[in-house]
Amino acid sequence: MEEVHGSLWTLKELFTYPNEYVYWSLQIVLYPFMTGLVAGAFVLSSLYHVFERKELKEMARLSLVFSYALLVAAPLPLLFHLLQPPRGFYVFFTPHFTSAIAAFGVVFFAYAAIVASEIWFVNRKLFIEQAMRLKDAPGLGNRIKHMVYRVWSLGARDLSELALRKDERAVKALAAVGIPVACFLHGYAGFIFGSVKANALWMTPLMPIIFIMSAIVSGIALSMLTYIVIFELRRLKRKRPGAPAPRGAELNVIKMTSKYLILFMVTAMTLELLDLVFRGYTAVKHWDILRTVIYERDFVNIFVLQYGLGNLLPLALFLLPGLTLRRALIALALVLMGVFMMRWNVVIGGQSFSLTLSGYMHYKMPLIPTNYETYKEGLWGGLTIMASPFFFLWILNKVIPVIKED
Amino acid sequence: MISRRDFLKFSLLAGTGIGLSGLTGKLIWAGGTASREGLRAPTISTASKKWVFLVDTYKCVGCGLCVRACKLENETPYDAPVTRTWVERYVVKKDGSVVADSPMGGRDGYLKNDPQGIIVPPDEIAKAFFVPKLCNQCTNPPCVQVCPVGATYRSPDGVVLVDRKWCIGCGYCIMACPYGVRFFHPVYKVAEKCNFCYHRIWNGMRPACVDACPFGARLIGDINDPSDPVANVIRTERVAVLKEEFGTKPNVYYLNFDSVVR
Amino acid sequence: MKSHVLRPLYVVLAIVAGIFLARPFIVPADFGVHESGYMYGWYRKGNEEDWKNFKIKFKTREYCKDCHPETYSSVMKSPHSIIHCENCHGLAADHPEDPAKLSVPRQREHCLRCHSALPYPSTGRASIRGIDPDEHNTGVECVSCHSPHSPVSNPPSPPFSKGGMGGFEGGGR
Repeated sequence: MEEVHGSLWTLKELFTYPNEYVYWSLQIVLYPFMTGLVAGAFVLSSLYHVFERKELKEMARLSLVFSYALLVAAPLPLLFHLLQPPRGFYVFFTPHFTSAIAAFGVVFFAYAAIVASEIWFVNRKLFIEQAMRLKDAPGLGNRIKHMVYRVWSLGARDLSELALRKDERAVKALAAVGIPVACFLHGYAGFIFGSVKANALWMTPLMPIIFIMSAIVSGIALSMLTYIVIFELRRLKRKRPGAPAPRGAELNVIKMTSKYLILFMVTAMTLELLDLVFRGYTAVKHWDILRTVIYERDFVNIFVLQYGLGNLLPLALFLLPGLTLRRALIALALVLMGVFMMRWNVVIGGQSFSLTLSGYMHYKMPLIPTNYETYKEGLWGGLTIMASPFFFLWILNKVIPVIKED
Repeated sequence: MISRRDFLKFSLLAGTGIGLSGLTGKLIWAGGTASREGLRAPTISTASKKWVFLVDTYKCVGCGLCVRACKLENETPYDAPVTRTWVERYVVKKDGSVVADSPMGGRDGYLKNDPQGIIVPPDEIAKAFFVPKLCNQCTNPPCVQVCPVGATYRSPDGVVLVDRKWCIGCGYCIMACPYGVRFFHPVYKVAEKCNFCYHRIWNGMRPACVDACPFGARLIGDINDPSDPVANVIRTERVAVLKEEFGTKPNVYYLNFDSVVR
Repeated sequence: MKSHVLRPLYVVLAIVAGIFLARPFIVPADFGVHESGYMYGWYRKGNEEDWKNFKIKFKTREYCKDCHPETYSSVMKSPHSIIHCENCHGLAADHPEDPAKLSVPRQREHCLRCHSALPYPSTGRASIRGIDPDEHNTGVECVSCHSPHSPVSNPPSPPFSKGGMGGFEGGGR
């Protein structure tokens, strides 16, 4: 007997429609999470390029490349989720723009183009220099690298002062354009959920903005976290005895960036609380069951994990005097967990109650995969996806060094 | 801390992004809705058929033969816990509480007085009845609106169909349907739902569930045909539709409806 | 020296052009905006034909009557005339070519669909004669005593052996 997609990991309680299952599971939680990290990391790097916060230079470099690694990884949750992954590209050939998903596909592609272009301008000099350096170098690895750099230079070999200044202006322009496009991108992700009138939890006009804010929060937090981890590892791994120790992560960079993080966190929390208060006050037909989901069944997920550990605690950790790198690291990990829980509580939470408004569904995440489906939409599929950006970052780092040795 | 100038710069950029999305959205949607037949009020025209369905919940006895016939006719795997049409049972107790269920969609009928597996003493029952459900073939189908690739659509005669060769299996249509009629086909791995047995109705036959029902609880008709008895009932008698508040304009009408029906 | 600034844009435009060039090979020619407009009518027109060509299997009792005239007339004279043959025997499809034989459901559960008495007065169920399945001859097949093709004119009598014809008129079996 063929398994019904969704029935394998759905537990139904009381009265639900026969065809109702948790169709959008872990991969759909991860997809807005990943694209949010892309947008957030990019906005952070743009803060340096557009608003010229010089202290953010190293962070900006890292977050720009990382946002590209995330961009490459971001379609993976979709490919895992689609029941017909090879047909996924139909969205580029016959887009139905009344669907937020179709529009999202086009915006995502445009955004990828902007990020890739910006990385090109930032690194063009590097590509050309490396291409020239590796021109006659022996060995297959070097020859491959040489070809890669040559292709990536797109034939633009001019390294004069004028050309480099043009590069800088292009970077600034792209970074500036990229900010509204990043908001557009995540606004659309929020619109995908917020416009589904059939789902009592999802439907709210606030969803696009809540998604944008928490996306920026997650991107900034991930960039800061990666910055600390990479720079501290570098510091601890002494290259040559007697040589000066490499600079570790700088606390004042973290302090400065954390102010932006706090700003967006507070905004996101305010909007979410506003939504909750409005729902309770207006108490429409679906409020009875929604209340039991939010305040009883999912209480721990929402108030303890997301709002408590994921928002309030990191806020306190950052605001209390005497911030250390270690405290920042813990706070950042908690923030990322909080943003993940927000996506979880929206996607899974929205499917925790039945369309009948008289029944419940529970997503029992497959822990040990028994077949391809339970791998893709289970714990191990999720872990694969979460590891992938780091893998891509490692590959990218080989050709576009994340850390520039001064 | 961020200067006022920079904050304003940022807000302007972010606002442009949000504003742009709103503007393009409006342009695209407005362009799409202008030609949408659904906006216009239905006009009686003999040139085109428009299918409507009528369910009489008094006549339904919960035998489940419709579900069985549908599964066999439309090749939905018989033992899979999904079905294009189903029958729900509602038992309203004297204390006002409602116990409802639909085991396997009512495929095997209702053999015991045990909604949700709990026997209800007959003297506690105020009223109880069965409600057959199927795709409402909405005039404004939200499932069609959200399909990203155009794999589902509304045919000229008002039936919402799924193109099995084009569906990418994203599931957005399933999430968008307020009635829960859509599901993933276990074999074809694409979206699936009742289509009024389109292969039967286009050549004068009736949907399998309509034929199978021994009690005439299910009927299909053409609202544009002035001589159609089903259309006549819908026009002249007290009928209800499901979840009208969603604005979907469903085309399945119910006689002997009740407010406890979900 | 021409400005290199637009190079990445050219790459993007090349990709977009590639999509447009590949489109006629991937997207069927009849894909477009049809009668219901862009929002509700963006699809491949040929799919309507695909669905029209889906195989019809439920033939209704009119399909059965020519080969099974006695059973047909027996049923039509009884209260079971409202039930199509295929409701019990499975869909005819291309019977007798395919399937060669139809099933004969003998299990109690089939009859109990209608004839298990349920205390639901506000439905048509209340007007069907029914039994309590836990009390009335538990474990015994209904058809051992009752004839589904003529339930009234053949009242229950001592059980017949499984596979026997007794009380069952009509050809085919």
